[in-house]
Parts: sequence; structure tokens; C-alpha cells
Amino acid sequence: MSRTIVPFGPQHPVLPEPIHLDLVVEDEKVVEAIPSIGFIHRGLEKLVEVKEFQEFVYVAERVCGICSFIHGQTYCQAIEEIMNIPVPPRAKYLRTIWGEMSRIHSHLLWLGLMADAFGFESLFMHSWRIRELLLDIIEATAGGRVIFGSCKVGGVRRDIDAETMKTVLARIDEIEKQMREITKVFINDSSVKSRLVGVGVLSRDDAYSLGCVGPMLRASGVAQDTRHLGYAAFDEIKVKPVTHNDGDSYARCVVRCQELFQAVDIIREAAAKIPDGEIAVKVTGNPNGEFSARTEQPRGEVIYYVKANGTKNLQRFRVRTPTFANIPAMVKTLQGCDLADVPVLVLTIDPCISCTER
Amino acid sequence: MSYFAMSKLALKWVLKKPPTTRYPFVPRTALARSRGKLVFTKDSCVYCNICHKKCPTKAIIVTRAQKQWAVDHLRCITCGACVDACPKKCLELSTSHGTAAVSKSREQH
Repeated sequence: MSRTIVPFGPQHPVLPEPIHLDLVVEDEKVVEAIPSIGFIHRGLEKLVEVKEFQEFVYVAERVCGICSFIHGQTYCQAIEEIMNIPVPPRAKYLRTIWGEMSRIHSHLLWLGLMADAFGFESLFMHSWRIRELLLDIIEATAGGRVIFGSCKVGGVRRDIDAETMKTVLARIDEIEKQMREITKVFINDSSVKSRLVGVGVLSRDDAYSLGCVGPMLRASGVAQDTRHLGYAAFDEIKVKPVTHNDGDSYARCVVRCQELFQAVDIIREAAAKIPDGEIAVKVTGNPNGEFSARTEQPRGEVIYYVKANGTKNLQRFRVRTPTFANIPAMVKTLQGCDLADVPVLVLTIDPCISCTER
Repeated sequence: MSYFAMSKLALKWVLKKPPTTRYPFVPRTALARSRGKLVFTKDSCVYCNICHKKCPTKAIIVTRAQKQWAVDHLRCITCGACVDACPKKCLELSTSHGTAAVSKSREQH
């Protein structure tokens, strides 16, 4: 049988970010997929040598547009651990609330892109319409729609007072009602199911041995969630990982839909428990030492390795993003799939290539 | 298996007003704490240069001798570091996002 190589990306209407896949195809069945990344490499890790460590939060936030807040938060956590800075409890709760809002916005974005990948444009528009309501809340509290700009080393830059918190919770109730309508379609509609069920099955052992993280791993039945580490307010708010046993794209969709509602519950719990107090502590001196901070981004576990040598600039900064850990699993699921399933499978890992390449 | 799971939602939104606004004919209501364009008040400035030091993109340039303050709005990332750092409180971020730029020039004061 003759093989053709179909180049997929980096410019493709279904891809949110540029990744290149050489698909080795035999009569509509993909035999092998060879990924190439590097189209959006900006050299952000090298910038630590030039920017001061407190200024670098702005760069860390801009590593990715979709998961931006948690990037900034993880960087701040790494520096705070090296310098032994006690972050005030109110700041931890505010970070948790903004982090979970970031998770809802990311999952809604993904739901829209997934619907678009199999042609369900009206569902895509509805998901993003609901996301707009959430982005308005984020802009009203943090200042920016996508790049929050509210995390800093030592705490947070802005506060959410009690009055605003009440308005936020009321709006989140409306958003939750609308999310229930949308997720009902994703979970029950037969055209969605015909494109997602049985596509890209990843067994539990494969998912674990390939090093998957996040919803990709949890949809194959492994209950692992980095929030159990207890960073930010998660030592007082317990999170039960949402799992599913099938391991196909439909399972991943269901896991992300359920995580939307779990995030809403976490925001409500954090808003009820948030203590009064200051929102930041003053940071003096320079960091000296190294630390790896791990947090749960919407896509999975992110590891921030930071090495400081006592000067204002860090010596080394390295990020292991969740998409990078999920790419081997994506390549495995692509082997043996139909050509028409390629967009669904690429999107099922929730690719955030600008995080992967920085 | 539901073939018409979307029909309730679709019908509801056919009958409702569209959620989009006809911007720019209908102006956008700005949100109170949104970070928009940088606004400078010349009278209170003492040209201490702290805003230049804190700016991550070096969009603000201060010349103390000639008492000049300039900002490149295209470089500014509206982070608000200068607003927090200014000792005389002469900088603030307005909620409007500014108009389109026709040339790459600095706003000079």
C-alpha cells in the first residue's frame, strides 16, 4: 500500500496555536504522526538573565494567554519558597479564586474549539459567549481580560472587597446556569457523541507510562491532581479529582465539563472562607537557592524550576508545561486513526503550544 | 442518544436579542477597574525617574534636566507598575483603551 505524507499545520483553521504534524497516511488511515514544534519559540527563559526577578512576573504571565494567571502564580510561589516569604492567607485565597476563574475560562475556550473542530459552529459560539461573561468578571476584578496582572512576589496586587465578591458570586450563578445548558449538549447530543466516542482511546497503563497529566490522565482513570499538594488555599479546600474510565475523547470532554462545575464550587467555597487581612508582604533582598514549584493548570501539572544565585537576576528558569507532557500521548493516539479524526485528537490534549515553546 | 439536544438552546437564542453589541456605533460601557491607557498629570511630577526604573518594557522615558516625560503607548503593557511606584501619584490607568495609533511616536510632556 502506498504511503503519502500529509503536512498538518502550522497554519490550520482548527489549530489554536501553531504545531506541525507530518501525517504518514495510507488511504485515509494515519499510520504515524511526526510532530515538530518551535514555531512560536520566543526565548522567554533567557530573559531571566536580563529582567529582575520581581519584574519577571510580567514575562511569566505572558508565557501563555489562556493559562496566564497560573503561570504567574507558580513563578511567584517558586520565588516565595526560595526566599521563605510568608504569603498572607487572604492573598492565597484570592489567588485560588482567580486561578479557578482562569480554569473555567480555559475549559470554556476548549469546549468551543472542540465543537468547532467537528463543525458544530453554533455550539462554539455559545461556549465563547459564556466565556465573555466570565471575562467581564475577571476584567472587573483583576484589571485585564486575559492577562490578569494581579499576581506579584509576596501576594497579590489587588483586592476584591466584600461588595464586589457578592456581585461576582451572583454573576457566577448565572454563568453556571448557562454552562449547564451547554454541557448538556456536549454530553448528550448524538452528533457530538458520534465524533468523540471511541476516538483516541488511551488505556490507563499507557496514559500513566507515557507521562500524561491533567484531564488527559484523569479521563483514563488515574486520579491524580496536583492541587492535593496544598499550595495556595488548597490545604483548606479539598479537591477530589474528576475521573472517567473510558479514556477516549468523549471521556476527556466529560471530565472537562465536570471540572467546570467543580471550579465553580471551589470559587464559592473560597469566597465563603476568605479571611480578612493584608494582601501582600514587602519583599526585600535577593533570592538564593533553587526550587521546583508545581501547580495544576487547566491542562495539567506545570513544573517551574527556578535557580537563583543571590543577585537581582535569576540564573536559570525552566518550565515543563502540561502540553509538552501530553504530546507523546497525542502521537500515540494518532497512530491508526482516521484522517478526519486528526483535528479532534490534536485538540483533545488541549494544546497550548505557546506554553510548550515559550 | 439525543438528536435534538441543541434545539432548545437554539430556539431560545433565535427568539432572544443577540448578545453582541454593535460596537463602535454603540459605545462599550467600561468596567470600573479595568486597566486601560496610561494618563499623566504634569503638575505633580518631580522627574524622579522611578517610573522609568519600574517599567518592565521601558516605555516611559524621563529627562530630568529638560523636565520632560514621555511614554510610548505602543510599548506600554498597562501593567500598572509605574502607577503603584510613583511617589507623587501623578500616574493613573484610565478605563478607556485609547484610540488607534497612526504613527509610532511618544506622547511627550
